[in-house]
Amino acid sequence: MAERILEVDDVTLRFGGLTALDSVSLHIEEGEILGLIGPNGAGKTTCFNVITGVYTPTMGEVRFRGSSLVGLKKHQITRKGIARTFQNIRLFRSMTALENVLVGADANHSSGVLTALFRSPKHRREEADGHERGMDLLEFMGLAGRADELASNLSYGDQRRLEIARAMATQPALLCLDEPAAGFNPQEKAELMALIRRVRDRGYTVLLIEHDMRLVMGVTDRIVVLEFGKKIAEGTPADIRDNPAVIAAYLGVDEDAS
Amino acid sequence: MTAPLTARDRLALQWVGMVERWNSLPRASRLLIVLLLALLFYALPLLRPPILTTQQTDFGGIMFSSAALALVAVGLNIVIGYAGLLDLGYIGFYLVGAYTTGVLTSEHWHWPFFLVLPVAIAVTMLSGVLLGAPTLRVRGDYLAIVTLGFGEIIRLIVTNVEWLGAARGIKDIPHPPTIGPDPKPPFGEGGLFTIPHLSWNGLIPSLDENRGTRFLVFGAADAIPYYWLILTVLILVLVADKLVKNSRVGRAWEATREDEDAAELMGVPTFRFKLLAFAMGAAVGGLSGALFASSQGGYINPLSFPLLLSILFVAAVIVGGAGNRWGAVLGGVLVAYLPERFREFADFRLLVFGLALMILPVYRPQGLLPPARTIRARVAEREIELLEGGEDTGPTDDGLDGPEGPDGFGRTNSTGKVG
Amino acid sequence: MDFDFLINNFVGLTVTGLALGAIYALVALGYTMVYGVLQLINFAHSEVFMYGTFAVAWVFVFFHGKQADTQGLGSALPLLAVSLVAAMLLSAAIALLLERVAYRPVLKRNAPRLMALISAIGASFVLAEVMGLRNRFAGWFGLDDDLDNYVAKARDVYSNPVTIQPEGLFSIGDYAVKDVDVLVLGAALLMMVALDQFVRRTRFGRGIRAVAQDPESAALMGVNSTRVVQVTFLIGGLMAGAAATLYMIKIGATRQNAGFILGVKAFTAAVLGGIGNLRGALLGGLLLGVMENYGSALFGSEWKDVVAFVLLILILLVRPSGLLGESLGKARA
Ligand SMILES: Nc1ncnc2c1ncn2[C@@H]1O[C@H](COP(=O)(O)OP(=O)(O)OP(=O)(O)O)[C@@H](O)[C@H]1O
Ligand SMILES: [Mg+2]
Repeated sequence: MAERILEVDDVTLRFGGLTALDSVSLHIEEGEILGLIGPNGAGKTTCFNVITGVYTPTMGEVRFRGSSLVGLKKHQITRKGIARTFQNIRLFRSMTALENVLVGADANHSSGVLTALFRSPKHRREEADGHERGMDLLEFMGLAGRADELASNLSYGDQRRLEIARAMATQPALLCLDEPAAGFNPQEKAELMALIRRVRDRGYTVLLIEHDMRLVMGVTDRIVVLEFGKKIAEGTPADIRDNPAVIAAYLGVDEDAS
Repeated sequence: MTAPLTARDRLALQWVGMVERWNSLPRASRLLIVLLLALLFYALPLLRPPILTTQQTDFGGIMFSSAALALVAVGLNIVIGYAGLLDLGYIGFYLVGAYTTGVLTSEHWHWPFFLVLPVAIAVTMLSGVLLGAPTLRVRGDYLAIVTLGFGEIIRLIVTNVEWLGAARGIKDIPHPPTIGPDPKPPFGEGGLFTIPHLSWNGLIPSLDENRGTRFLVFGAADAIPYYWLILTVLILVLVADKLVKNSRVGRAWEATREDEDAAELMGVPTFRFKLLAFAMGAAVGGLSGALFASSQGGYINPLSFPLLLSILFVAAVIVGGAGNRWGAVLGGVLVAYLPERFREFADFRLLVFGLALMILPVYRPQGLLPPARTIRARVAEREIELLEGGEDTGPTDDGLDGPEGPDGFGRTNSTGKVG
Repeated sequence: MDFDFLINNFVGLTVTGLALGAIYALVALGYTMVYGVLQLINFAHSEVFMYGTFAVAWVFVFFHGKQADTQGLGSALPLLAVSLVAAMLLSAAIALLLERVAYRPVLKRNAPRLMALISAIGASFVLAEVMGLRNRFAGWFGLDDDLDNYVAKARDVYSNPVTIQPEGLFSIGDYAVKDVDVLVLGAALLMMVALDQFVRRTRFGRGIRAVAQDPESAALMGVNSTRVVQVTFLIGGLMAGAAATLYMIKIGATRQNAGFILGVKAFTAAVLGGIGNLRGALLGGLLLGVMENYGSALFGSEWKDVVAFVLLILILLVRPSGLLGESLGKARA
């Protein structure tokens, strides 16, 4: 069995009276694509928020490569190797596509005011490294031609892809994608899923939230299903497809609801 | 694109085009043009060009205060324009710089001026960190009042603490050292040589026998050497500003300003960078304060630092176009220069200034010189709007939310919900 | 530090502090409501208040004349009532004008919020300067002689000719509580309660809360947001006018730049209580007034403002969005 890169251990999160996550446990193995699915309001995004340090769990533990993430700051978690995208696109709108990616790449850099003022070798090295990696990622995402365009001027699809590139630039071991294909047509969705496979082939482990059951089935290795903050099923796509609890959860709910 | 852009859009595009053409010039020619421009600015108070030159007040003095306010605005632009922190108490840093200089060169010690300068900067930076460390965790808009309070606290402290001169202030702050022999009136003017000024008869210039500037005597008689000093400092600070802005630090500031949560989740330690912006801004403020303290009069008191001046600093940055260093320079110069140029209206100066501040946002909502990219984005937005059929589609943000529904941008984010 | 003084005068310091704080609170409403609805620091609100103070003094000059006089609260009451109406009307008119001229055109253009702040700062300068140059303007129309009582020495302190002499009303311990303080505190509280009820119970109040919460949805639900913004400014102006009257009862003099510092204090009070929160403004104002008084008793009155701002910073450190924190929009119905 491959090594567990991330473990969410019995996590509960309450907002006042609302229990958004109820004793959820899940794990992700090195190199896999794990799908996280569930109806609207199931707690998927909240689960991301707990993993990336936006919320501190009311109870439970999140471990990354064996060490606890609870209590770490968001940027520390990112620097440890977890990066994410947002369900509602949150790019730095006044910055160019390349600059957005550079901000991600800077997570691995440490030059500051003094090195910048004197254009020290370290500064030059890091800038060169950032540009190289940034352009490479933009190329990979099919955005190379738009590198100098402002993020706010990109098309909707390009913005979604830029979010992924920006997250990848932080050189994460684990990449968390929150409905990256939301708002895409079927053709675009299929393309994106193929892209996500190639992302994994580049050595990233992927945690993917996606509403469209069929798509998730096609691309993931394993799937975890949430409903009302509880984990109701876990297994291979084939298991999930036949799981009565999952069918019940999605029954009456349009597959593509969003 | 055939969409009918307004005249203003086209003008904006032209401006962007000019900026881009400028950026595409070879490095050497850009450098040359900049050097020539700088030279022109050094010579300006000697040339005394008509129209520009103030008749009723000392032109050199006005040039000095314009450059000084430009320097302040460039520093404050780091805080407001780059990092997006509304600092209404910037005067506090200016004051700390000035008083550090006063205390070290006159009130209690007699250190030489150029030794005090770095100390003043260091003390101001420290005060920036001390203020920022607890307060920068406070939500954005609250920071405005907290900083305003800080400016007032600092002023009240110097007003009431005897050791700092209290209400009487600090006098006899020494001038920077003279180059060449010291002036010994009435026998020697000091300095190495005299640079004559021009005088104009209509459009015909001639050398003015009666006016000249000694190279290089800092003193109460002539503000021009001070102008040169502060212009030099301004240029150095602008270069430093550019180097820092085009680096990891500048990107982190901009990302933080755009979306603090997202920046944090991309690995930017936002708090540390906000503190850094505060410290850098404070450093420039302290530097300007120190220069102000030793300028012509060599005298400071608490009345030199009213809170209202702080508001003027902010106005300078925003009027110029927050986020653009040249906008800040322009804003600073305008805020200092215009009221003096129009002394004819003496009593009505503030009124007219207020009217200008009210009119500007209507006609130039992004400031006089916004960053070129802001203009580009705005024009692009307009184009989209027009393509979509024009009519009131509201802010174009809506288009991006697409099928996600209305919970994308906007206020839901301000509640701290990340999704 | 003079603890004895603080302890010996505790009741008096508390009562006068509360009265001062009530005035802060009334002015703070103008900041807090506009912030709640527009997310904008209503920088020129201090001038709205300042015009109110002049209205009070002018009413007294008009009916009583220029000659100095001292009266008890009782005999001044009729004129005070007239000046209250005048001040509320003038301040409300200025506030509405402000909204129309300085804010609406800017916000309509989708300008960044900082730019709206600049417009507000500009408007503040203009209003203060117009007051400070009123003799010149009167001169343009040849009215400076006729209006001499009102416009002469426009930049100097302008006093209410009638000084209101406070009288003891009842005593707590050996401190005689003054009628003036009771009036100020009572009037301010009454007005705050009325406003609170207005926002909570009426249709307009619901509109204000809806716009504060989410302007787009409010617009979709048919709330006329322009009207809501106007009403917000109107209320802010009325309250500032009332505050101005109470201020003149207590202080008795004003000046073309009297708004600035009081405005800063009132804004501090608004933030202290949680900006956008009506009850927060009251709490913040009262707390600020009292603490300032205690502070000046302890450290000397020259440190009064330092105490105020240090208090603000300390409270924000513990409660980063003010004491009561919640916004206008979230206030429960
Ligand atoms: N900051 C918050 N405060 C209060 N409740 C919240 C907060 N964030 C999320 N919730 C609630 O927690 C529940 C789970 O929300 P979450 O966004 O995780 O769902 P989701 O599975 O991502 O749904 P969707 O498919 O719509 O994205 C919802 O009921 C939501 O309203
Ligand atoms: Mg979600």
